[in-house]
Amino acid sequence: MSIKFTNDHEWVDVDGDTATVGITNYAQEQLGDIVFVELPDVGDTMDQGDETGVIESVKAASEVYAPVSGEITEINGDLTDDPALANSSAEADGWMYKIKLSDTGQLDDLMDKGAYDTYVGELG
Amino acid sequence: MSTQSESPLKQVALDALHREYGAKMVPFAGYDMPVQYPAGVMAEHNHTRSQASLFDVSHMGQVHLIGSKAAEALEKLVPGDITALKAGKTRYTMFTNDKGCILDDLMVTQQGDYLYLVINAACKEADIAHMKANLGSECEMKILEDRSLLALQGPKAAEVLSRFANPARHMGFMSAAKLHIGEFECFITRSGYSGEDGYEISVPDDGAEDLARLLLDEDEVEFAGLGARDSLRLEAGLCLYGSDIDDTTTPIEADLKWTISKRRREQGGFPGADIIQQQIAEGPPRLRVGIKPEGRAPARAHTEITDNIGTVIGEITSGGFGPTLGAPVAMGYVDSAFAAHGTDVSLLVRGKSLPAKVTSTIFVKHNYYSG
Repeated sequence: MSIKFTNDHEWVDVDGDTATVGITNYAQEQLGDIVFVELPDVGDTMDQGDETGVIESVKAASEVYAPVSGEITEINGDLTDDPALANSSAEADGWMYKIKLSDTGQLDDLMDKGAYDTYVGELG
Repeated sequence: MSTQSESPLKQVALDALHREYGAKMVPFAGYDMPVQYPAGVMAEHNHTRSQASLFDVSHMGQVHLIGSKAAEALEKLVPGDITALKAGKTRYTMFTNDKGCILDDLMVTQQGDYLYLVINAACKEADIAHMKANLGSECEMKILEDRSLLALQGPKAAEVLSRFANPARHMGFMSAAKLHIGEFECFITRSGYSGEDGYEISVPDDGAEDLARLLLDEDEVEFAGLGARDSLRLEAGLCLYGSDIDDTTTPIEADLKWTISKRRREQGGFPGADIIQQQIAEGPPRLRVGIKPEGRAPARAHTEITDNIGTVIGEITSGGFGPTLGAPVAMGYVDSAFAAHGTDVSLLVRGKSLPAKVTSTIFVKHNYYSG
């Protein structure tokens, strides 16, 4: 029950020392039809804010940044095979990768659901 | 896309209707235009390929050149064969500068006592100034500022439009007619920018909304925005001015030689004719081609194209995902030595070299009316 959100519109679902990362439903709505997803490789180590991949819609390419530091432990092959999963199920089946956290303290700086919803609401 | 944030955006006559249909409006060439509706670019694209879509392209300029010598006068500015154009026929051509490069591309329809021109929104003011300065006194220019332009595109377009105006069904591709649709007198050409059969319908602004509603009420017709217009024309290999052609590209480099007739190639008489004639004789140094990435990653405009040892040989000018093809598609310029279809090239996308092939610019076969 500890899903956190970033102001880059990613969600981070923490389970022990590993987090599952994806883009939010708001993000997929803004992007439109997603046609290509590039994910990091398993074993890559990321610093918070590093570029971890790219999501391309019919309109444009958008970089995806690591919400937390750590090592990539798993990527969602279903998503690279079927990028539209990020539209149809952004916050569940359309997850991007799992990352083993190297600094759980970083989670404290992320938003909870209520704060994120307020943030999105203010974007209009 | 060009944004002009300093001056207020101009509104099209259908502005309220677009908003009623949930359009996402964006600044485009000084106008507030619908880029997509709630269905989204992909659905609107696919609907156009299978049914019929209504596009508002009222930002484009509509101009009459009036007078019996209008065709001769216009030929001083374009390489197209305008004097050979028969009444009721439409032709694609471009304004060139004295370097033989393209100032704008346009559609010209011969209407007997006048020519009807459709010019790009972003070039409208420059084109009008250019014509004012150079057409001379042989024809009078009238800018149609109180008319909208709607494009009905798709394989069902003819069936739909002929319900309201039966002669529309048998209009030839690239021909024009004045027809009543409901109570509206429209000037219609069988043309478009999607690669599909369809029409562009010029209608007085005060009738535009009623006409749009009439067409949208038909089962086959949905609104489509500029996003789908772009992916449709890219798959069809059609140039976007400002991206694929501009004042640094000649019609020969742009693979638009077909728009210049034998007579005009021989006689010249348009700006930059010497350069264009030389490129026809010797071949251009570079050529616009289709680029088909072999993987799934789209290559966007300004992506560098290299040969197999990493030397830059060109640049993508338009690129994205082709919904009908279900794969990335692009077009761009390569050195002529690499322009043969099937040539292996690489694309530098985010620091990675991705394999691609040079192809025809036409990724999805044109579905124009052929009688």
